[in-house]
Amino acid sequence: MKQSKHPGQGKEKTMQVVFAACACISIIAIFLICIFLFANGLPGMAKIGFGKFLGGTVWRPANNLYGILPMIVASIEVTIGALIIGIVIGVLTAIFLAFFCPKKLYAVLKPGINLLAGIPSVVYGFFGLMVVVPMIRNTAGGAGLSMLAACIILGIMILPTIITMSETALRAVPTSYYEGSLGLGATHERSIFRVVVPAAKSGIFAGIILGVGRAIGETMAVIMIAGNQAVMPHSLFAGVRTMTANIVLEMGYATDLHRQALIATAVVLFVFILIINICFSIFKNKGDNH
Amino acid sequence: MKTSNVEISNQTPHGKGEAKVLKALVWAAGIITMAVLLVIVLTVLINGLPHIKPSLFSIHYNTKNVSLFPAMINTLTMVGLSLLFAAPIGIFSAVYLAEYAKRGSKFVAFIRLTSETLTGIPSIIFGIFGMLMFVDACHMGYSMLAGALTLALMILPVIMRATEEALHAVPDSYREGSFGLGAGKLRTIFKIVLPAATPGILAGVILGVGRVVGETAALIYTAGTVAQIPKNIMGSGRTLAVHMYSLWTEGMNVDQSYATAVVLLVVVIILNLISDLIAKKVNKANQ
Repeated sequence: MKQSKHPGQGKEKTMQVVFAACACISIIAIFLICIFLFANGLPGMAKIGFGKFLGGTVWRPANNLYGILPMIVASIEVTIGALIIGIVIGVLTAIFLAFFCPKKLYAVLKPGINLLAGIPSVVYGFFGLMVVVPMIRNTAGGAGLSMLAACIILGIMILPTIITMSETALRAVPTSYYEGSLGLGATHERSIFRVVVPAAKSGIFAGIILGVGRAIGETMAVIMIAGNQAVMPHSLFAGVRTMTANIVLEMGYATDLHRQALIATAVVLFVFILIINICFSIFKNKGDNH
Repeated sequence: MKTSNVEISNQTPHGKGEAKVLKALVWAAGIITMAVLLVIVLTVLINGLPHIKPSLFSIHYNTKNVSLFPAMINTLTMVGLSLLFAAPIGIFSAVYLAEYAKRGSKFVAFIRLTSETLTGIPSIIFGIFGMLMFVDACHMGYSMLAGALTLALMILPVIMRATEEALHAVPDSYREGSFGLGAGKLRTIFKIVLPAATPGILAGVILGVGRVVGETAALIYTAGTVAQIPKNIMGSGRTLAVHMYSLWTEGMNVDQSYATAVVLLVVVIILNLISDLIAKKVNKANQ
């Protein structure tokens, strides 16, 4: 009781309000982002026509044609391609790290994966230009700047996300599962793949969804290697332009409706991200309850 | 009984073969991951190192020396400015979540949801938001300040999360001891809990620094792409990552762009080493 009459009481109360106010800033930020994006993007979208904007296959700002379907399709296809690479290598690497990796190798590999997560996307783009693009050019012909190049680089970029999340999920599975399976006569490998991995399913899915978000939102690396042609993607070896690339490439000189159309592209991307985020929290909660 | 016996005896040889294949697969994946990292680092070094010359570090940028020195200074400014906003707000938010809020309250769940959503938003969306809000609506123009405010929002959840985890890791006995000696809650937080949580908080801050250093998409349309050191924070200036991208798009000085990649990579490696060191310290302290 004495404490409540302490002279510092006013300060205590003030600081508690300051702390609470700071905690509210992330809420305010999300609201502001939503308001600014929708308020600036939706009018443009309405002017163009929602159907024409989302379903139009021709993007030609000079002729007032703003169809972003090619970009939406490109973003989705590039993401799927990246996922195929990222999931296969990522989940297997996570299993390797959690159950097979010798301690000395682990001490090198784990910081290596953290480094992979920290490399800036422009540097990934540069690596793509130097290694992946020439490789595709030499084997398949063409410019090499292609959807395939984007898939490979994005697949590498989402590796650390998938590996880290999956490893955490795998390690969280109680050892009794593994031991029980061993006791029933299964091999080390079989116990891991048939018992531990299925038990860690939710956490692994959460990591994959986080990877989807990273892949669909990645901008700089994609701009440098995907070719950026704003046409319907028709082949793995053809150039494509994603939604993110569309925004950065043209925002610098766009005015009026063109600019609004680009902001509207950001709105579409934002809606994709929100859906991905909702999926992520569903899977994450499932994993936590588990 | 009989059937299950048969099954087990059938399974053993089959299981061994399967085990070998699975083992080979996971080893292959681990090796591929390691190899990819090595190839990236080597590619950057081999292509970039030959282009690192003293003229790259001239004080002023001009088309002849294509100096990256202004970009380095701008990167430092950007790191400092964005931390100036994000660090106190992030740490204070975490203090509220860990020390004041009731566990499981709806408000806390909502804050957590929004900060998780912030984490998932791609940098280009932050860039467009920063352009609409800070550059246009707040009339800041392309400026270091607009860029820093945008990046502060990006790294806020990173710092918040690391700090919250660090605060939770501080044993309750510390707080009880401090209360027992008559200290108030605020004093306990600032004199006992936060100092004990410093390494964990620092790890989060360094993660944030790494994101600022590597960021491009969120800065092009907020801080702009001027290759000089601005007179004040209301001026436009490009950081190293933006510098590298701009040189590449301009297409005139691609070699210098490669050299910039080396500098960026070295900075990122150093930041990673520091955060690893801190993480090891934290782990040791917890043991």
